[in-house]
Amino acid sequence: MTARADFFAGTQAIVPILLGVIPFTLIAGVAAVNAGIAPVQAISMSIIVFAGVAQLAAIDLIDRTAPIAVIILTAIVINLRFMMYSASLAPYLRQLTGPMKWLGAYVLSDEAYAVSVTEFRETSPEERSREWFYFGAAAAFWMAWQVGTIVGVVVGTAIPEGLSLEFAVPLTFMALLFQALTDRHTEVAAVVAGVLGVVAAVLPFNLGLVTAALIGISIGVILDIRVDEFPTTEGTSEGHNRGEST
Amino acid sequence: MTTKYGPNTIWLLFLAAGLGTYALRLSFIFLFGRLDEVPATVEGVLRFVPGAVLAALVIPAILSLSLDPTLRLAYEPAKLLAGSLAVVVAWRTESVLATIGVGMVTLWSLQVVI
Repeated sequence: MTARADFFAGTQAIVPILLGVIPFTLIAGVAAVNAGIAPVQAISMSIIVFAGVAQLAAIDLIDRTAPIAVIILTAIVINLRFMMYSASLAPYLRQLTGPMKWLGAYVLSDEAYAVSVTEFRETSPEERSREWFYFGAAAAFWMAWQVGTIVGVVVGTAIPEGLSLEFAVPLTFMALLFQALTDRHTEVAAVVAGVLGVVAAVLPFNLGLVTAALIGISIGVILDIRVDEFPTTEGTSEGHNRGEST
Repeated sequence: MTTKYGPNTIWLLFLAAGLGTYALRLSFIFLFGRLDEVPATVEGVLRFVPGAVLAALVIPAILSLSLDPTLRLAYEPAKLLAGSLAVVVAWRTESVLATIGVGMVTLWSLQVVI
């Protein structure tokens, strides 16, 4: 098919997901403003970082004036999954050159990844251009993310704080959490991380989250090793076409 | 309840987080051709990241251990109740909208009462 048709096919594929993501982007904008981040900076955050869960976690830590190193480390640990997506998409995008390659990496999101991989499994490269489809999906999602943040920032400065809107953040994460639990070992890893998160809240320098997450991940790996299932690679790339939000 | 960090520090934070994340995004897209495939070990570890990270984010937001002033469990009753209900909704529906809807409505209702 033509470049244009493939591009818009990508956009079409991701539009249904945008509906579920809009609350997320609004929350990101509102939360940033409530944390004392200037509106221009709040909007820029979505451009510079462009990763929802990490943005929200970072905003919370910034709000509490957590140590700088911890904030950065937390964001990186949360975003480690992008390395997985990068690896999974790399073969499909290998014909991109120069700036397009860099751009392709920049617009990578959970959602663009999920719809693209699904499409690439169902069509051949002759039927559907990998590059154009991916960019159609990724660009649409990127735009929606920026617009949503801007709206959230504008609305955020107008809403009084007493509505506890920041509670919508852990609520969103809850839904994403259950989407992410694909088998027993990931469930155990999550339970361990959750319980440890409660306990590790006493750690200084807001290190609780990173510590709990890393230990949870380790437990999961150990469980896989114990039953000779490490590394489990089948399904890691496929397990994300469920509309996980960034 | 806002940050004590000034604008310059915040720019620094965003740039560091942004560049770090970009490096992750670019990693294999850039390396492909130099590395034949993702090390299976890397994939095997990464598959646990989303669940563990999200759990570590969610649970302490509702309930956490605190040393201030002495060892105790810190929580807000309304949020703990609303959060517990929301967990059930999230588990059953895996829907962001449903979870936010039920959670926020429950929280607001409880805040009026509690």
